[in-house]
Amino acid sequence: MNGQGNIEMNTVDLQKQSVRDLNRTLHQLPEGNIKVGWEVLNPGGKHNIACGLDRELNIRIDGHAGYYCAGMNKRADVIVAGNVGVGVAENMMSGSVFVQGNAGQSAGATARGGLLVIDGDAAARCGISMKGVDIVVKGSIGHMGAFMGQTGRMVVCGNAGEALGDSLYEARIYVKGSVASLGADCVKKEMRGEHVQELQELLHANGLNQSLSDFTRYGSQRNLYHFQVDNALAY
Amino acid sequence: MCGIVGLYLKNPSLEDRLGALFSPMLIEMTDRGPDSAGFAIYGNEVANGYVKLSLQHSDDSFSWTDLSAWLTEQLGEEADLSENATAAVIRVKSAESAVRHLLEENYSDLRIMSIGRGIEIRKEIGLPQMVSDRFGLPDMKGTHIIGHTRMATESAVTTEGSHPFSTGMDLCLVHNGSLSNHNRLRSWLERQDIKFKTDNDTEVAAGYLSWHLQKGATLRKALESALYDLDGFYTFAVGTREGFAVLRDPIACKQAVMAETGDYVAMATEFRSLAGLPGIANARIWEPEPGQVYSWGRKAA
Repeated sequence: MNGQGNIEMNTVDLQKQSVRDLNRTLHQLPEGNIKVGWEVLNPGGKHNIACGLDRELNIRIDGHAGYYCAGMNKRADVIVAGNVGVGVAENMMSGSVFVQGNAGQSAGATARGGLLVIDGDAAARCGISMKGVDIVVKGSIGHMGAFMGQTGRMVVCGNAGEALGDSLYEARIYVKGSVASLGADCVKKEMRGEHVQELQELLHANGLNQSLSDFTRYGSQRNLYHFQVDNALAY
Repeated sequence: MCGIVGLYLKNPSLEDRLGALFSPMLIEMTDRGPDSAGFAIYGNEVANGYVKLSLQHSDDSFSWTDLSAWLTEQLGEEADLSENATAAVIRVKSAESAVRHLLEENYSDLRIMSIGRGIEIRKEIGLPQMVSDRFGLPDMKGTHIIGHTRMATESAVTTEGSHPFSTGMDLCLVHNGSLSNHNRLRSWLERQDIKFKTDNDTEVAAGYLSWHLQKGATLRKALESALYDLDGFYTFAVGTREGFAVLRDPIACKQAVMAETGDYVAMATEFRSLAGLPGIANARIWEPEPGQVYSWGRKAA
């Protein structure tokens, strides 16, 4: 979202136009028109704003959005100047989604790529079944964060709720604050050089000056997903 | 599905506008609950020693005037009547149990929606807009209010099965979700002399809270016990004389969002119900944590 100064802005007011009209307009834009930014006014907690995008676009949502905001995003950079409801950036493929407030449940669920940044707190099931996305939460996350996370990275600068990383596969989690409890098969792990480096990159890319040594890495013990009958009791 | 909404005013200068602020919140939840709607509004309290009853009757031609005359004669106290569409409100000097027993024994078809000092309940089948219009919600005044829009899953679409459910003096419950152990719990509560009028799961939760409160539990204790005894999905909002309380099930299956400013505390199933409130752009907005009792009021609930 750099170089905004040169971007011509289009404005869509959701008190005057429907979300369906907005999304259809964005889906039908010609390729390569990156000098045009879109500002969405009066989102009013409406659902499905800026879903299914597949263009290099800059979008700013001026207020609070409802469920599934920027869901399935591909290539677009979306900023929400407010809170979002359930499932922000759900199944994102690439691009970025920045939430300047708090996020509801299941932020970044199943997302395969791109970057999701939440300035405030994220509620339960943040990064559930994440599959390659990077998620940076500047506040805290609720329970069952990164549940069944397959790959990708999650950074939490605040605290994590109950059952962090339950049934985790290969997603990597970095938490600065306290963790209420770890889910099945999720364990504390050593911060080796490559982990310090990737954490530093994720923090710096988002303008965060945090002390790296305050963070703990969590990952999978790899007992559950290589199924062995001896582990049946662990399910 | 179902939608629940609540608004508690911290700033008394907004009390004249409570209904006007709340009606759009309720109507915004129409997609989540088009079958019936209802609300419990608190305010305009009767004096100590008096009770206020909200009543409905399945027979449209039922004479409320005759009922209030009969009550006046029975109790030896003037029963003050005001009618509001299909509902009636009676204010009378009496103990709660005396007037309730009198009505239950002599008017079995009468529905006592609520009893208390400040509470009034209105509920009907139909769209939230119709229910709001019928009872003149936008003109109502008060200190706080909770409401519900219902998409029926567990029992029939009737006025009796609509929310809020009364759970005792000045107490009521609205529920988003569904309970899975309500049949067994209903049988158990019936053996403890708690009476039920419908097959509705939420009525069982209301009866469960009533039973705890009758045994002397605080509302907070009763809700904390519910976490162990109720099986299913739920976000509850409980209206109390002083304010309201919110509880989500331990895994937070059902959505809920809260907003607080210097003027009010509001809750809703979805943020869009709160989007029209004054000062919402700068409100503190968050999702309540699972399994935690949140309460607001002039005194702690």
